[in-house]
Amino acid sequence: MPLWWPLLLSSLLFAIGVYGVLVRRNAVLVLMGVELMLNAVNLNLVAFDAYFRDVLHGGQTFALFVIVIAAAEIGLGLAIVLLVFRTHGQIDVDTMRELADREEPAVAER
Amino acid sequence: MTVVEVLFLLLGLVAVGSALLVVTTRTMVHAALWLVVTLGAVAGIFLLLAAEFLAWVQILIYVGAVVVLLLFALMLTKAPTGPQPDLDARRALPAVAVAGLVLAVLGTTVVAGFHGVELDLDGAVVGSAQTTGATIFQQWVLPFEVLSVLLLAALVGAIVLSRGTARRGGE
Repeated sequence: MPLWWPLLLSSLLFAIGVYGVLVRRNAVLVLMGVELMLNAVNLNLVAFDAYFRDVLHGGQTFALFVIVIAAAEIGLGLAIVLLVFRTHGQIDVDTMRELADREEPAVAER
Repeated sequence: MTVVEVLFLLLGLVAVGSALLVVTTRTMVHAALWLVVTLGAVAGIFLLLAAEFLAWVQILIYVGAVVVLLLFALMLTKAPTGPQPDLDARRALPAVAVAGLVLAVLGTTVVAGFHGVELDLDGAVVGSAQTTGATIFQQWVLPFEVLSVLLLAALVGAIVLSRGTARRGGE
């Protein structure tokens, strides 16, 4: 099989993940887009591992590590999402603007 | 075309199609379920690319744990089960443009860079549990230990985040 098949598939999945992160308004759906991107990276690592015939299996091991990091990320991310839901009552990422650095007049208007 | 190539193309089509459904469906629970299909197809591709142990870890961790966590989060945030008209941002065109640009750059790079390079899978060392375990605990022990500390930190962080609200809610 040509090497660029898995690489192109991984690029496709990554682009779809980017689209999901950018376009979704629900924070949980944004996290799903992040998962798609992490999976695309894993696919790349595994494809190059198979291509280089790495005796240390560096690609597969790093893919394993990425999966662990993804699990930690999703656990923390969902804890934050639930915290936001309890304090705000909704998890629409478009309306969460408290962290923005506001100009002084805008503060005075409130 | 060999059997492996046909299987790869089929699994790739399934993965891309279900990934598109994940980011476009109007029903939130369906997005999580289509994510299962995507991750399962990618696990099948891992099997084709001689990463056997990784494929089962993918099924266990992603399909077994991550998607269940996502479904629990949807449930706890009182996500409506029916189709929702306002799941996407009002202006989707910039997102399409950025994603298309990412695909164009990455796609042209990998196709131009690796055109004509063959991935020979005959006689590849299958990453079974034995070989993966041996390499992790012989060559990659230090990153492995660092990752366990990272998992502990994530665990403590998640507990602190949940405890903080519980105390505030009780006051």
